[in-house]
Amino acid sequence: MSRTPDSQQRVKFYQTGTFTVGNRLLDDAQRTVQASVERANSLDSGHRACQGCGEALGARYVVDAALRAADDKLVAANATGCLEVFTTPYPESAWRLPWIHSLFGNAPAVGAGIAAGLRARGIDDVRVLAQGGDGGTTDIGMGCLSGMFDRNDDVFYVCYNNQAYMNTGVQRSSQTPPAARTATTTVAGSEPGNELGTGKSVPLIAMAHGIPYVATASVHDLHDLELKVARAMEFHGARYLEVFVPCPLGWGSKPADTIKVARLATQSGMFPLFEAEYGEITATTKIRTRSPVDEYLKLQRRFAHVFQPGNEHQLEALRQVAERNIRRFDLVADTEDSA
Amino acid sequence: MLQQIEGSAAVAQAVATCRPQVIAAYPITPQTHIVEGLGDMVRRGEVGNCEFLNVESEFGAMSVCIGSSAAGARTYTATSSQGMLFMMEAVYNASGMGLPIVMTVGNRAIGPPINIWNDWSDSMAARDAAWIQLFVENNQQAADVHVQAFRLAEAVSLPVMVCMDGFILTHAYTRVDVPEQADVDRFLPAFEPRQVLDPAAPITMGAMVGPEAFAEVRFLAHYKQLEALDLIPAHAAEFGQIFGRDSGGLLKSFAAEDKDTVVVTMGSVVGTLKSVLAEMRADGNSIGLLSIRSYRPFPKQQLCDALAGAKRVVVFEKSLAVGMGGILAADVRMALANLSIPVYSVIGGLGGRPITSVNLRRMLDKGVADELEEPHFHDLDVDVVHRELERLRDIQRPGPSAESILRDVAGAHGATGKSA
Ligand SMILES: Cc1ncc(C[n+]2csc(CCOP(=O)(O)OP(=O)(O)O)c2C)c(N)n1
Ligand code: SF4
Ligand SMILES: [Mg+2]
Repeated sequence: MSRTPDSQQRVKFYQTGTFTVGNRLLDDAQRTVQASVERANSLDSGHRACQGCGEALGARYVVDAALRAADDKLVAANATGCLEVFTTPYPESAWRLPWIHSLFGNAPAVGAGIAAGLRARGIDDVRVLAQGGDGGTTDIGMGCLSGMFDRNDDVFYVCYNNQAYMNTGVQRSSQTPPAARTATTTVAGSEPGNELGTGKSVPLIAMAHGIPYVATASVHDLHDLELKVARAMEFHGARYLEVFVPCPLGWGSKPADTIKVARLATQSGMFPLFEAEYGEITATTKIRTRSPVDEYLKLQRRFAHVFQPGNEHQLEALRQVAERNIRRFDLVADTEDSA
Repeated sequence: MLQQIEGSAAVAQAVATCRPQVIAAYPITPQTHIVEGLGDMVRRGEVGNCEFLNVESEFGAMSVCIGSSAAGARTYTATSSQGMLFMMEAVYNASGMGLPIVMTVGNRAIGPPINIWNDWSDSMAARDAAWIQLFVENNQQAADVHVQAFRLAEAVSLPVMVCMDGFILTHAYTRVDVPEQADVDRFLPAFEPRQVLDPAAPITMGAMVGPEAFAEVRFLAHYKQLEALDLIPAHAAEFGQIFGRDSGGLLKSFAAEDKDTVVVTMGSVVGTLKSVLAEMRADGNSIGLLSIRSYRPFPKQQLCDALAGAKRVVVFEKSLAVGMGGILAADVRMALANLSIPVYSVIGGLGGRPITSVNLRRMLDKGVADELEEPHFHDLDVDVVHRELERLRDIQRPGPSAESILRDVAGAHGATGKSA
């Protein structure tokens, strides 16, 4: 793919003046990065993601917003995974920024190395982004991630959480929700799908390191996502952002429903949105109108079996995940406390 | 400057004169003193603009090195043994991307049984990783070859391992003329990266390559190593002019010319062998020594030329390809494939077993008489092995062999394991 020197591209799918994210209600300064004709388009069109891929959407917004915050001086390290594979089969590259893929589990350390190399060379205006999927980040990359947090390396790390190892064909990761079907947690036996009572919250683990900034975001609220990227870029040191990115292929949802699925995840309490600074939660996104968990689950074939007779306890376990999040992060706006 | 100094400290000082910009450190015996020394120098401000990172693992260490080298910084780390294995995926990645990282390997055995002492298992495990591997015989060379390693790595855009025998060299206090900054600056130009992550000229590094080009990319790594075959002697010669010392190069003959028997080896055992062979020559044997200093690239032609007149070759090495025999011996045989010279494979010094002039002499007396079996396990206690084999045959659940062999060696009860 040729790189046009002209960074001003034709607006593609997210436009000024649409109703999305209330852009038309905002003044120009507040409008989303993608609504600007001067946006970077760092992740260019022509890549090979599936239709409706939440990860492609999330990455495009994250990187563009980070580039804007860094005044276009940004270097990215990428873990192995869908994002890496669908953007860069040589000689084609969808990236318009300096970008390196090293291994599956080392993106945080590669990012730390880039930051150290730049600092040693006296380059202080180039920022470092590292990114990967949930498997690359929260499983195989956990050691390097924790090391990077511990040293407070000047790296902004973004995890695109699609709740399984998608690139290798939808296997279970530590982010796979209870009961969800994956290729290694099949719908078979007395407890179909992923085991209940497993998994971990990496944003909370990140907070336990006391790093300057931790946040979660979702592709259904891209404006919020961009603001969080911008906020993260105001800090130096280790920062972590986890973006909820539905995967139509792995979840068995309709490509056209990606945004809807993501929105329902937040509104049902399944994926809480919050920010934390130096280990303390500073903001949570309140749920204005709570959606039933079932509505979220029903859009995805990976949860189809929980609605079968005999699996009521699985459905209940999933509902409890939302309940716990709502309690823990105080997600329901005061006016709806009784809901 | 001449100093009576520990090998690791000499290496640390030599690396510091190379003006590294990023150092990743993770502790593992016996390389630890090197990164400790460097960390201290960085803190004291003696290494210029240098970032010293205490990383969380060797995998992290090499990954940090990949990032910093790709960001255009001269980069160094060190490891040994299990650490090499732990970082292996990143070891291949660094060379695959052509990043000129320099790494010291304080050569140590790989367990189990866990063992901190010297052999070459770690370097050999990375033999095919496309890194250049330079072996050193003593601490003077250890210091000098690091300076040459940065020059070479950056010239061919491949990473370089400097392999030094753990403890025997890393922990030995000897006289070393540590390279002076001014001389190093004359020898080693500033790092000009061939590829760099730079927002002013964005590139994509490490993307996927399919069957249509993979072989060519791999061949290029091989080609660069062949280029290094020319550069290594050229750098050694230039180094000699500036520093007045013979260090580095592809291989080194110690009276190997026109000898019936030539011993081929690498590393610190050269010192012991030199005196054993001098003694054997005094006793009327026609025997000499060839030390291989560049193991990868392997100087096939140079080795072949140097050995063409020999009647037999004895390869002594501290490495074992289990189920096959000597690793270095296999390489030597390949180099000599067109000559009909018998090559004896001798494997010794595993896990730090002392290699003495007495046991070397005993082995080489058999060697010159063509009495070495294939392969020959140097200083192996055959009786202990037989007793353990017997025990394994006799007992239904014999338990760990390592434990019972140690008991046997210590002369404790249960030599045949029956009471265990
Ligand atoms: C060390 C190693 N183990 C396994 C793999 C195979 N692998 C490549 S991508 C991938 C899945 C990636 O999952 P995730 O990080 O969640 O990203 P996604 O593809 O879902 O976006 C796996 C298992 C690998 N490349 N390297
Ligand atoms: S499998 Fe999922 S994450 Fe991967 S490209 Fe397709 S939709 Fe995106
Ligand atoms: Mg994933």
